[in-house]
Amino acid sequence: MTHLETELRQLKNDLLEMWSIVISQIEKSKAAVENFDKDLVKEVKANEKLVDAFELKIDMDCENLIALENPVAVDLRFVLSVLKINYNIERIGDYANYIANVIRKQPQPFGKDVIEATRLMEMFDIAHLMLVEAYESFEKEDNKRSLNIFEMDERMDEINKGSIAVLSEFIARNPKEGKQYLELFGIIRKLERVGDHLENISEEMIFFMEAKIIKHKKLQKNKKQSPSP
Amino acid sequence: MIKAEAKNINFYYGDYHALKDISLSFPEKTVTALIGPSGCGKSTFLRLFNRMNDLIGNIKLEGEVLVDNTDIYAKSTRIDLLRKKVGMVFQKPNPFPKSIFENVAYGMRVNGIRDNNYIEEIVIRSLKQAVLWEEVKDKLKKSAFELSGGQQQRLCIARALAVEPTLILMDEPASALDPISTAKIEELIHELKKDYTIMIVTHNLQQAGRVSDFTAFFYLGELIEINETKKMFINPAKEKTQNYITGRFG
Repeated sequence: MTHLETELRQLKNDLLEMWSIVISQIEKSKAAVENFDKDLVKEVKANEKLVDAFELKIDMDCENLIALENPVAVDLRFVLSVLKINYNIERIGDYANYIANVIRKQPQPFGKDVIEATRLMEMFDIAHLMLVEAYESFEKEDNKRSLNIFEMDERMDEINKGSIAVLSEFIARNPKEGKQYLELFGIIRKLERVGDHLENISEEMIFFMEAKIIKHKKLQKNKKQSPSP
Repeated sequence: MIKAEAKNINFYYGDYHALKDISLSFPEKTVTALIGPSGCGKSTFLRLFNRMNDLIGNIKLEGEVLVDNTDIYAKSTRIDLLRKKVGMVFQKPNPFPKSIFENVAYGMRVNGIRDNNYIEEIVIRSLKQAVLWEEVKDKLKKSAFELSGGQQQRLCIARALAVEPTLILMDEPASALDPISTAKIEELIHELKKDYTIMIVTHNLQQAGRVSDFTAFFYLGELIEINETKKMFINPAKEKTQNYITGRFG
């Protein structure tokens, strides 16, 4: 194995390690909402610093690789993709931290009826599944799995849109709880953004593995069907 | 418009088959980098275009080599006129033991030009084109050997430009130079591209990326891939190319 290959493998391992921490952060933030568990909130907040540290290290390693090793072809695409995936994964970590903060500030848990009506747990589950599918796709360098992510993101968008009407109804029925419903809406919006970031990540993986750029094509195709590279 | 073209070239040094059925064309006013490991045939291929290989004994060429749609291996070809049209820059700068001025004037003098005003005009223009004028304008009568390696190489480029070629062959023109001189040569190539067609053999892949519009990858006498340089370095079409440019060859 050449020196460059060793460096690229280390970069991949670091990103996967950060990625697995973020998957766990989403799991913990879900459990914190579900069980109103403030100990988990503390764990998420502690791990957030670790995620930030990984982001800085990976950024720096990418810069060094480009400056010192002059990667080309698949190696260059890999480093450019890692740079962007790193940013997106870190943002997802931020959202897990945001959700933990919401729980920390709540005097009481969210009602089970509103959680069910807004399909909040379903959103958490889709976000988690998207993260895992993308992780495995990147780890195995197999793009077939990442294509499901575009479909899953559409489900996230649909739940997000539907939640506005659901929450308006809850607020109208119980205005005293309005603030808490809005906090819950904040969580829904962040989960919807998790889906968007995973879509970005899938686009980067397609660029790395197939050298295809689908960003703008996807926007046009999305209206009728799920994108294909 | 195509400036130069090789059609189904097979080239032999004795029994050794050095170039295998190569067809490649060079659009006018573009830079094409020829890359590949040592012994792959890229320099042999380059030297076909000014018939430098003719100087080696026991060689055989099959196929056609065209410059401006003319077969340069036709019996009617005058090699002196061909080499006026096709300039060459070598790996090591090779100024003549003459003054800076006379190095650039040399080609014109051997071509029988006697008009000193004209010669001076062309010398100045060539030195400016080679981005050397500002550095040598006050010492034109000094020996060319007083110049640094990078300056000598630009002087050789000025000498090549003075006979007004339209195609320039460069065989690793910056491999013996320091990074600053290399950068000057690369900037010069960008400038020259506006008026000339350039083929450059280089072992420096980053240099190929920086200066060329097209890159041709040779391996064991075969042309593996010709592609736009930016495509070659982001997404090469052939696995062999990818393995070579990423250093995973062999």
